[in-house]
Amino acid sequence: MSLELVVAVLATVVTAATPLLLAATGELVVERSGVLNLGVEGMMLVGAVAGFATALATGSASLALLAAALAGAGLAALFALLVLVLLADQVVSGLALTIFAVGLSSLAGAGLVGTPVERLPRLDLPGLTDLPLLGPLLFGQDALVYLAHLAIPAVAWFLGASRAGRVLRACGENAEAAHAMGCPVRRVRALAVLFGGSMAGLGGAFLSLSYTPFWIEEMTAGRGWIALALVVFAAWRPGRVLLGAYLFGGVAILQLHAQSLGLLPVPAQFLSMLPYLATILVLALVAGGWQTAAPAALGRPFLPPR
Amino acid sequence: MGFELEPRPLPSGLWRVLAPALAVALTALSGLVLFLLLGVEPSRALWSFFVAPLTSLWGASELLVKAAPLALIALGLAPGFRAGVWNIGAEGQLTIGAIVGGGVLLALWPSDAPWVLPAAILAGILGGAAWAWIPAVLRIRRGASEILVSLMLAYVAQLLLSALVYGPWRDPEGFNFPQTRLFQVGLPILAEGTRLHPGVLLAPLLALLAWLLLGRTLLGLALSVTGRAPAAATHAGFDRTRIVRGCLLLAGALAGLAGILEATGPIGQLVPTLTPGYGFTAIIVAFLGRLHPLGILPAALVVALAYLGGETAQIEAGLPQAVTGLFQGLLLFFLLASEVLVRYRIRPRRRSEAMVP
Repeated sequence: MSLELVVAVLATVVTAATPLLLAATGELVVERSGVLNLGVEGMMLVGAVAGFATALATGSASLALLAAALAGAGLAALFALLVLVLLADQVVSGLALTIFAVGLSSLAGAGLVGTPVERLPRLDLPGLTDLPLLGPLLFGQDALVYLAHLAIPAVAWFLGASRAGRVLRACGENAEAAHAMGCPVRRVRALAVLFGGSMAGLGGAFLSLSYTPFWIEEMTAGRGWIALALVVFAAWRPGRVLLGAYLFGGVAILQLHAQSLGLLPVPAQFLSMLPYLATILVLALVAGGWQTAAPAALGRPFLPPR
Repeated sequence: MGFELEPRPLPSGLWRVLAPALAVALTALSGLVLFLLLGVEPSRALWSFFVAPLTSLWGASELLVKAAPLALIALGLAPGFRAGVWNIGAEGQLTIGAIVGGGVLLALWPSDAPWVLPAAILAGILGGAAWAWIPAVLRIRRGASEILVSLMLAYVAQLLLSALVYGPWRDPEGFNFPQTRLFQVGLPILAEGTRLHPGVLLAPLLALLAWLLLGRTLLGLALSVTGRAPAAATHAGFDRTRIVRGCLLLAGALAGLAGILEATGPIGQLVPTLTPGYGFTAIIVAFLGRLHPLGILPAALVVALAYLGGETAQIEAGLPQAVTGLFQGLLLFFLLASEVLVRYRIRPRRRSEAMVP
């Protein structure tokens, strides 16, 4: 196997990891603020169809990404209204979001199935793209791959070192105490939910505009749920999200190559199961031990005392 | 000037009943707006969605045929949802129920001995329960989220079904269509010219049984307390582990039952897509029925009407099938939103200075 081939395969792992990375990083911030949004899959789908439709209509990649982020955030705003204002159950509201978004995206995308779209442009960084190995791996990609990778250190810095990040974590650990210290708990959580929604929307747009540049109903195929599992796998730490996303990207690419090359004498469906089985395995292996790492107020509603 | 929520000392009994009705009304209203946006004449669309399906014997019987699996699955899910056990992979348990039960029928084919059908149904129930046992064990032993595990297993089950009907179980005389042989035995038809099968009667019977069990025994209390105050439940001596396992196994068994009833009833064989997402939609049915056995029955009828209406509206008003899913999501949204009226009083916000004497 030549070095070029290895690099090419690794580059596909990076692209397979990107939608997970975007969605999981967003959800990580949401969960650190104390809110559990199970609607990631739905927000990704709506982002995918909004980005795709906008790219078709305008031909502009930046407008498409803006539309995807706004669509994801719009759905997230609906979720925020339910759980932060009306104090609805977070688990059920997240499920509702996904059920609604599956229907909405299928309806909005009904006329778009089978239409080709221009792939997101590759952004070559002069000098860096020509680097051996790392060049083609990391620097010959499109804007969303860069954004996904920049978001990790940015979120790590935000949560670990910034004042606003400390406020957000306080809301996630003990909302009542944070409120008593004068933190606007609901506003902080609402902003976190909107951020998570736009990241999920961008993750979906990566699928419909770059990974497989077409639209098809329910094309996220469970990636939103895998992103939720990634946050648990990462023990709510940004750096580990990167590790987990590459792991799942690797599994996804492995099964694709195994299918196309006919490496294993099993039906294709069994290979397609691998990402889902890997998710279960990961949850079984790490979830229990790292439960203490979860934000203490995760999933609890907060009604400001009068 | 805004509004604020004031917790009620006790949930409002009136709103408990009114909230689901309000949610259904708001969903219908949103439907009107949606139809206007899609350029369909609202009255015609609403008619074909909600009334036309019921104007024939076939339509009315199909309503029951579609409501039955929804009610069965929702009845299984409701105790878990009360106790905070979130099985959202009922679609997978349904699929495995159909696969295991269908597998028994295919293995015994072409026997039509009287015990074959009961054996298949039993196998379907056990299959569904076994599939739900996986998230139960992983939750209890490993602390893994049953939400994510049960959902991932739904994807796995769907792929397994696909592998079987495209592969070893494909009908050898079926012109290469991805489906199994027609089963030699199936559920009897209750009324000529319909697809009504005995499973339709099973749902109300089980609902009655569940109501008697949950309302009259300590079990119902244990479930509610575990869901609302886990610490108090432990103090009261309710075993959390047993409740998690019991809820998941029950949900799996009923979803598996629904699956094998669909396979041996309306479908009569295994096909790549067994249901239009009954396992997921049953979550909405459970909540629309306020997690109450007797509430779930009318809720299943309402949601089944949305399925049926979606089909009619597709044919008569040219609406895309996806409208059904959109309506179901909207319905759950409005349910969650109107739930606030049960637990809180909404009143104009008072100025905080005024609170200080």
